[in-house]
Amino acid sequence: MKQDEVHISSFLSLGTVLAVLLLLTTISVLVTGWHLGPFTVAVALLIACVKAATVIIHFMHMKFESLLLKLMVSGVFLLFALVIVITFIDYLLR
Amino acid sequence: MAVQINHTEHTDSETGKLGMWIFLFTELFLFGGLFLVYAVFRAKYSADFHTGAAELNAFIGTLNTVFLLVSSMTIAMSLTAIQKNKKNLALFLITVTIILAALFMMNKYFEWSHKFHYKLYPGSEVMRNLPHGEILFFGLYYMMTGLHAVHVLIGMILLSVTLFKVKTGKVSSSHFLLLENSALYWHLVDLIWIFIFPLLYLIT
Amino acid sequence: MSDMSNNETGNHISYLRHEGRYRGILSWLLSTDHKKIGLMYLYSITVFFFVAVILGLLMRIELIAPGKTIMEPQTYNGIFTIHGVIMIFVIVIPALPAIFGNFFLPILIGAKDVAFPRLNLFSYYLFLAGAILGVLSQFAGNGPPDTGWTFYVPYSAESSTNVIFALTAAFILGFSSILTGMNFIVTIHRMRAPGMGWFRMPLFPWSLYATAWIQVLATPIIGITLLMVIAERVLRIGFFDPSLGGDPVLFQHLFWIYSHPAVYIMILPAMGIVTEIFPTFSQKPIFGYTAILISSLAIAFVGYFVWGHHMFTAGISVGSRWFFSFLTFIVAVPSAIKVFNWISTMYGGSIDLKPPLLYAISFIFLFMIGGFTGLTLGALAANVQAHDTSFVVAHFHYIIFGGMGFATFAGIHYWYPKMFGRMYNNKIANIAWGINFTGFNLLYFPQFIIGIQGMPRRYFDYLPQFQTGHVISTIGGFILFIGLILMVYNLVRSIRKGELAPANPWHGVTLEWQIPSPPSHENFDVIPEIKTKPYFFGPPDESKSF
Repeated sequence: MKQDEVHISSFLSLGTVLAVLLLLTTISVLVTGWHLGPFTVAVALLIACVKAATVIIHFMHMKFESLLLKLMVSGVFLLFALVIVITFIDYLLR
Repeated sequence: MAVQINHTEHTDSETGKLGMWIFLFTELFLFGGLFLVYAVFRAKYSADFHTGAAELNAFIGTLNTVFLLVSSMTIAMSLTAIQKNKKNLALFLITVTIILAALFMMNKYFEWSHKFHYKLYPGSEVMRNLPHGEILFFGLYYMMTGLHAVHVLIGMILLSVTLFKVKTGKVSSSHFLLLENSALYWHLVDLIWIFIFPLLYLIT
Repeated sequence: MSDMSNNETGNHISYLRHEGRYRGILSWLLSTDHKKIGLMYLYSITVFFFVAVILGLLMRIELIAPGKTIMEPQTYNGIFTIHGVIMIFVIVIPALPAIFGNFFLPILIGAKDVAFPRLNLFSYYLFLAGAILGVLSQFAGNGPPDTGWTFYVPYSAESSTNVIFALTAAFILGFSSILTGMNFIVTIHRMRAPGMGWFRMPLFPWSLYATAWIQVLATPIIGITLLMVIAERVLRIGFFDPSLGGDPVLFQHLFWIYSHPAVYIMILPAMGIVTEIFPTFSQKPIFGYTAILISSLAIAFVGYFVWGHHMFTAGISVGSRWFFSFLTFIVAVPSAIKVFNWISTMYGGSIDLKPPLLYAISFIFLFMIGGFTGLTLGALAANVQAHDTSFVVAHFHYIIFGGMGFATFAGIHYWYPKMFGRMYNNKIANIAWGINFTGFNLLYFPQFIIGIQGMPRRYFDYLPQFQTGHVISTIGGFILFIGLILMVYNLVRSIRKGELAPANPWHGVTLEWQIPSPPSHENFDVIPEIKTKPYFFGPPDESKSF
């Protein structure tokens, strides 16, 4: 069954999202100049996650999608994270 | 009350979109395997990964990131355009997306051929004489950006087909599933690069 | 015009005879009808199954005596490799979703077809291409792959044989599996009949749903891993090569991150099938519908986190071993819950011991042996003794063949009247069952014993003290082969010669039994509206859907 109302993202909102993404990109490039030691990966990944979430929520329209789809996407990322963590139970404790 | 079947129904848009999202999940896990390998070896060889990353051109990497981010915006805008029945604007935006993708591929070509020129590719004499962590870093670089580039190409083909169908009116303000799904695929290509970029290019 | 040979009455035309856009053979090869696609899978898989069975039989002949019996060691390595590749990737992983899932999922949820019928046909052709490529690996240039179906590095990166053929075949087969899983998830979400809420859906579709998520989320990992091995072979990329800084155990992690959940792709639909059979042949509702449902989802979920139990002796950390062993014991619990539910379903029921039920009951017995021996392997100390021995081989054959295989036989005997509009001969089916059951146990049980005594797996030669076990096992193999032939003969013969089947020969209450045998092209003349919970065996007039 077709949805009666399809949310249409405005050009302005999409442009704003791009501006945010470019800003985050700039930050992540600048941050590489700082010496963060073991936190480098964490910060880089954190910014990448924020960018990814922005793309998913706004460009990919997740903000206006069903709860079901939101749960699926979250579940998928969670599962992947768990697999990495469990693999590291081996590598970190060898 | 029972529903009489009258005719074969086309797949409705919610169904088609759900199918596309599930396909995207499979792509995430496909690249995920490479990210897992990256994580393991980054943890083991952090210094070598740092050295290896210095060989990469962060400027080109950043430029490519910008290309993909802008192209994500343009394809998202093309969907808005189609939904508002602005066919020519949609055609323009899809075309810009494809051009940005082509620019990305051009950069990739320059990056790779630059490295090939210095004999820095998997299996080469130069590669084999590098420290282990660097060998693995470059192996990951080639495999991750290579697989990603294959997906950029597939995306370009998909977008070209969509462009054609918008032109002929098969994709319109009342039937835009193909554009929606192509856009989702394109955003995935962007998403993967969002992670590849800092992990390969921006290691301090 | 009715055709009695196809059990047609009135103006209902069997799907077998329906011709849409295409005529003749093309009405099959280009059909997007989920039922025809299911049958094409059935026929292809049966052929490949017998190819792999014969390969297994050749192995058993070789192993009847120590030393060389009928083949060279290199040949033996090639045979156990291709036997595993075909059985795992061409038979056991695809079969149940592709055959019974395709045929019955839409019908069981009151739909006319799956969500993406053309993609469904594409999945079939991918499957066929992958299967053929796998067989071709036997004949191309450098000789059949000899790495075992698990393709462990470093040997898979170094072996001069046609490893890349086999890896590519597995990759293509994986793609087919992914597309089927995706199709089923969307079908179940979007195409259930009016009134069929999630908790009114029968348990076979639920098992297909859990399975489909594994197909979609685990298979890509083996995809990328196979690509990495190809990169090792062709480019010397180094991920798994210690001389370049890589780690061979990382391959094992990646391989089993898929291949363990893959075994749940194998067993969940099998459990779903027997879950349909028990209520029908006990003429009472399934005991613990919700418990079985949650157990299916729990198995799928927890099954992602046990992969390391294949690697206990590979050199992983102590913490890792504890984690995986513990989770392995946890994942056994939902399966055990299902066993209690199945038995409780039969308790107090009106038992009709037809071939489907016979296979379903023996499924429980064989699956439990496989399951318990899995726990033996999951226990860290015992694993050191049993890993890489015949004990493992016996364990997985009990679970996969005794479990999924016997459930498949149960399913084919259950749904045969619906699919073909004919009844098979019960007496021959029962005799075949007896021969299968006897042969199966003679074939595999001795392997537990010699395994614990020290007989390694994948070994061409062995110490004389293991010979008695091997001889019994080989004899069992031949008995089983005879039983399989008899079973298939009965089924094939009855397609033409069997008695015409009524719509509901077993007095079942799920939707497939409310439509003619065989069904018409669109399954339902009128899409049903569901008003009862599933497995409702109440009075026929009031609460039935139509």
